[in-house]
Amino acid sequence: MEVVYLDNAATSFPKPEATLEAMMRYQRAIGGSPGRSGHRLSIEAGRVVLDTRDTLARLFNVEDPLRIVFTKNATEALNIALIGLLRPGDHAITTGMEHNAVMRPLRFLASRGVELSVVPCSDRGELDPEDIRAAFRTNTRAVVLTHASNVTGTIMPVQEIGVLTRERGDMVLCVDAAQTAGALPVDVEAMAVDLLAFTGHKSLYGPQGTGGLYIRKGLDEKIAPLMRGGTGSRSEFEDQPDFMPDKYESGTPNTIGLAGLGAGAAFILEQGVEAVREKEEALTRRFLHHLQDLRGDVTVYGPPAAQKRIPLISFNLRDITPSDAALYLDEQWGIMCRPGLHCAPAAHRTIGTFPQGTVRFSFGFFNTEEHVDLAAEALRRLLRG
Amino acid sequence: MTREDPFGVVLFESVSHALRAEKIIKAENIPCKLIPVPRQLSSDCGICLRFSTLHKEQVESALAGKLDFFEVALL
Ligand SMILES: Cc1ncc(COP(=O)(O)O)c(C=O)c1O
Repeated sequence: MEVVYLDNAATSFPKPEATLEAMMRYQRAIGGSPGRSGHRLSIEAGRVVLDTRDTLARLFNVEDPLRIVFTKNATEALNIALIGLLRPGDHAITTGMEHNAVMRPLRFLASRGVELSVVPCSDRGELDPEDIRAAFRTNTRAVVLTHASNVTGTIMPVQEIGVLTRERGDMVLCVDAAQTAGALPVDVEAMAVDLLAFTGHKSLYGPQGTGGLYIRKGLDEKIAPLMRGGTGSRSEFEDQPDFMPDKYESGTPNTIGLAGLGAGAAFILEQGVEAVREKEEALTRRFLHHLQDLRGDVTVYGPPAAQKRIPLISFNLRDITPSDAALYLDEQWGIMCRPGLHCAPAAHRTIGTFPQGTVRFSFGFFNTEEHVDLAAEALRRLLRG
Repeated sequence: MTREDPFGVVLFESVSHALRAEKIIKAENIPCKLIPVPRQLSSDCGICLRFSTLHKEQVESALAGKLDFFEVALL
């Protein structure tokens, strides 16, 4: 049985050959520790890491690539941003659609004296920017939100919110782009994003263990690092460097992973984010059409139009639990999907699917119309019993 | 550039800066090479960018405004 992988929102699979080749090339022929030793293999390793920074800077329209800090995933990036920025007495605003990568650090900070407002969203996961504005207080320091929900696929009005935070001047817009980096256009200037957290292993087609944080110029002065240690720079001093990106990059990095991430991101740039988006939106539209035919038996969550969502569809099938459906799809059809709560209990509460969750299909660059049709056929058979 | 040419080096606060400078200088077709920082100099990061003294002005103007660097030293 051929495996049909429809769990790209958890992690993309397969990866482009270029990703694997770059990782092999690094470990076979380079292997040095970047920025540590000064010999040619160390310098070459440093070039690999810098090339990856450059590629991502191009993808996100970041002028200075050194404003991108590498982390092991979006979760670490969000922790650096939130724990580093928010102090007791500050007020932060987030939404009812957040992943625990945002919600748990914010709940932790709330237990330490940060004021937190969670702005509700509609049962399709839609956010009204006016509700964000209405939550502003004089001590509001940051608005933190996902660029797209990993539960409903809903694309959030980040650009509109960027206009509001910019009007306030002193307010920071922190965006969780775990689901969108590589899948939707992301432009930190046009969207007025101050902090952008991304993960490498989803729509950027890098390996797991890679991610990063873009920090707008000047803002690093206000964000304490989460970790301190060796950076290969300022080695004669025992204090942590205060410049980007070393301030936040202590310890030997995941160079092999960053080699793969650079190649994955370059692959997306070559295809063009718009072309990738068009292809994935078409697959989403096709699957939504199939679900229309099953509408008596299937509840679909999120916006009805493919255009308003990332390539991800959450649904429930009559009285069949998500976990039973997922097991059937895996065992009988070789279809990989994700049932349950998707690390986002707040979002499931918003759409009314807590605690049983949903079945989630998520498409990626390597999925085809045949995959979509097979998945629909599998659901039809399951419903027929 | 041969080893015997009189050369200068640009010193940086981090290896990332040095590598980025190398890219910028090479894009201008100015010959340069990343080397460990010579012992007589002290620098924050372990490597620096070596260039022929013939290209001192070109190097400085290529980097100006694009990247912070500590100093340009002639050896
Ligand atoms: C919306 C959202 N935010 C954050 C994350 C966390 O990403 P990572 O697990 O790579 O840190 C994910 C995915 O797991 C996600 O879907």
